[in-house]
Amino acid sequence: MSAAPHERAPVLEVESLSKAFGGVQAVERVSFTLSSSELLAMIGPNGAGKTTCFNMLNGQLRPDAGAVRLNGRSILGLRPQSIWRLGVGRTFQITATFVSMTVRENVQMALINYHRRSRALWRPAKNHYIDEAMTLLERVGMDRQYDRACGVLAYGDLKRVELAIALANDPKLLLMDEPTAGMAPRERMELMQLTAEIVHERGIAVLFTEHDMDVVFAHADRIMVLDRGELISEGPPMAVRSNKKVQEIYLGSGAAHGVEIS
Amino acid sequence: MADFIVSLLTGLSSAAAMFLVASGLSIIFGVTRIVNFAHGSFYMLGAYIGYTLVQAIGSTGIGFWAAVLIAAVAVGLIGVVMEILLLRRIYKAPELFQLIATFGVILVIQDVTLWVWGPEDLVGPQAPGLKGAVFILGKPLPEYDLALIAISPLVLLGLWALFKLTRWGTLVRAATQDRQMVAALGVNQRWLFTGVLFLGSALAGLGGAVQIPKGGADLLMDFNILAAAFVVVVVGGMGSIFGAFWAALLFGILQTFGIQILPNSTLVLMFLVMAVVLIFRPWGLLGIPESVLQIPSGPPERPLRPALPRVRALAGAACAVLLALPIVHLVFPEVVGTFTLVLVIEIMVFVLFAAALHFIMGPGGMVSFGHAAYFGGGAYAAALLVKFADAPFELAFWAAPVGGALLAFLFGWFCVRLSGVYFAMLTLAFAQIAWAFVFQDMPGSVLKTFGIADEYGAPLKITGGDDGLNDIWPSQWASARVSYYYITVGLSVAALWIMRRILYAPFGYTLRAGRDSPLRAAAIGIDLTRHRWLAFAISGAFTGLAGSLFLFSKGSIFPTTLEIARSFDALLMVLLGGVQSLFGPIFGAAALTWLNDLFSVLSYWRFLLGVTIIALVLLLPQGLAGFAGTRLGRRLRLARPEEMAT
Repeated sequence: MSAAPHERAPVLEVESLSKAFGGVQAVERVSFTLSSSELLAMIGPNGAGKTTCFNMLNGQLRPDAGAVRLNGRSILGLRPQSIWRLGVGRTFQITATFVSMTVRENVQMALINYHRRSRALWRPAKNHYIDEAMTLLERVGMDRQYDRACGVLAYGDLKRVELAIALANDPKLLLMDEPTAGMAPRERMELMQLTAEIVHERGIAVLFTEHDMDVVFAHADRIMVLDRGELISEGPPMAVRSNKKVQEIYLGSGAAHGVEIS
Repeated sequence: MADFIVSLLTGLSSAAAMFLVASGLSIIFGVTRIVNFAHGSFYMLGAYIGYTLVQAIGSTGIGFWAAVLIAAVAVGLIGVVMEILLLRRIYKAPELFQLIATFGVILVIQDVTLWVWGPEDLVGPQAPGLKGAVFILGKPLPEYDLALIAISPLVLLGLWALFKLTRWGTLVRAATQDRQMVAALGVNQRWLFTGVLFLGSALAGLGGAVQIPKGGADLLMDFNILAAAFVVVVVGGMGSIFGAFWAALLFGILQTFGIQILPNSTLVLMFLVMAVVLIFRPWGLLGIPESVLQIPSGPPERPLRPALPRVRALAGAACAVLLALPIVHLVFPEVVGTFTLVLVIEIMVFVLFAAALHFIMGPGGMVSFGHAAYFGGGAYAAALLVKFADAPFELAFWAAPVGGALLAFLFGWFCVRLSGVYFAMLTLAFAQIAWAFVFQDMPGSVLKTFGIADEYGAPLKITGGDDGLNDIWPSQWASARVSYYYITVGLSVAALWIMRRILYAPFGYTLRAGRDSPLRAAAIGIDLTRHRWLAFAISGAFTGLAGSLFLFSKGSIFPTTLEIARSFDALLMVLLGGVQSLFGPIFGAAALTWLNDLFSVLSYWRFLLGVTIIALVLLLPQGLAGFAGTRLGRRLRLARPEEMAT
């Protein structure tokens, strides 16, 4: 084993990221770093600014202020496509796959685009990158269903296919929006176990949001807590769990939610 | 000044019918997501039924308005009949499939109207009590115009109250925003849809009936109002009644003043305004962003597989028959006559046209309502090259695909940024602009402004306007019937094969990816707009090729090759054939061209064609190509066992 995650050069550095919509400060001066092989959970109540953060990291939204660096290089202002090409993958809360294609074709599409072959007009798409696609499907345990249409798969299987798709661009950083939403408890643990294994094998940095606290505490290396756009706590699971402010936000302190906690 | 005010008021009064029809169309689309082509026919029925009723009971003021209202209710009931007997059975069909069913209804209503009321235009009686004119600054304005001006706001108010204050109205608004949620709340969708069809159709009927004193009734009014109503709905914003109201006013005024500038192309003016609005406000003036208004698709398309051995064998056999026909013709002219060869040439032209449209419509999910622009536009490019540059056939022929591609490249740049119905309407707008360009011989007018004219100072004839361009034939070697037959069959089969290759290649898959999930496509770094743009241009090239084959088979070209009806023909072919199959457009085009030819010698052929289309729609909701997925088709090994028809 090499050094512990936090001692390596960070994959992602975020400094004072801010975004306001109209007069509402959705994200306010959020800073954090993320190293390879590290799973960082971003939690917080609804409207805390998690999705806004994600959208700024993958280029869908332009921050008002702040800096985002991937492996030391600023990715601020790049288009989502460019950021994806630099190795930032994303999965969605609700599954989004190409329903009129087979499982393998879904992965092949990501590979075809990664290798800039999407404008090829002649050789059939299904003959492109077969081995690479099968390797990825094998890794997520979907190789035996490779020829089924994505439109007929079970939900948990779709999630695995999405994981394989997300690995196609050889990501350095994965942004996972509620990776286990809508799944049964046992499936959740299995999927996160699989994700964690792959992440460690490949040295991928993962930032994920999650509502299921069991999943968060079982799998996150570190946790950051957002509330109303601000980072209020960050650290290893045990430390965050015992943090007073976090407990107040999640369990209610008896005080009204609008009261400032100092 | 007085002229201006009277013109303004005339404009406002002519907005009434447009608003009534457009609001009905908008309500029906908002809830059922059906693009109801028959809506113009309901307007026409409203006028005819209203005419008859006014003749019977309309001698008094009360009688007149009662007749108008009864006509509206009657048309509403006809809409209900259409919903229950037809639409209800095909809600689950692939997207836009219902459109062909309503097109069948148009044809049926046209012939029924012709049969009942005869071919003459009916001049509407004046409304009792409103026969005079009021004088505004000394200029006369018919009193009835004032009544029409009052009707739109009254109906708007009524609709507003209906939607805001009643439970039914609340449900309609909810369903417009999220149909699934309303279904999940346990609302009986069937009756909601039926009710909406009644309301929407009745509004169209009302629009037709109130305009009798001004416009009377004629058999062309269904298509005339349909185009205008779509423009109003789209400019106002799909699903927005207030948007339709303002847009109708805008266009009413525009028409009145437009007549003074461009006498016979006020409709083009509307399309021009629509194109500008959509470019700057992609969801219309008061519309909701498109994500909410995605046209729902039916069951997901199945993955592309290589054709089954049986299907390959059949395709090969079909090609062999096509190649052998002229030989049979030469040996046994009484078995295969010249006429058969001409028909096959025509069929192949439209098969190619439909396949080129399907190229973007099926795999790309881009439904173009204006593909005739590239068909006729390409053909005009070739014809002009022959006429003015004396280009040989061998060169001019290829000007059409190049011209089609360039035109699609230009128009596509604006269109591919939109999706769903807005994309469809912008393509339609551009097609109308292209049509007007040719029909009004704009190049001639433009040259005239630069001082280039004929010896009498009149504009030069470039596109020839209504007269078209004539006497454009292939070279000697290609002009014999059999030679041209082989050119057509050879090129169209080759083009079909190339398109099929492209659709199986990464490019075609990328289009499908964008259609299936734009979100995921973006997440794997696909620049969808560029791919869609390129696909649009490729489709334009193949459409232009079809146009070229068409041009040189007829020897002449007219503005009708660019008109709306031609675009809709191609659309119907794709939908009837089955949008989810690559073979669909081939079957659809062959069937419709053949049926058209078969019925065209009969009187009431529209009725027969309409009924046939409706029957096909009901029997094969997946289109003609969907036959492969039926039980019989699977038994004949035309589809894999897992490809069940749903």
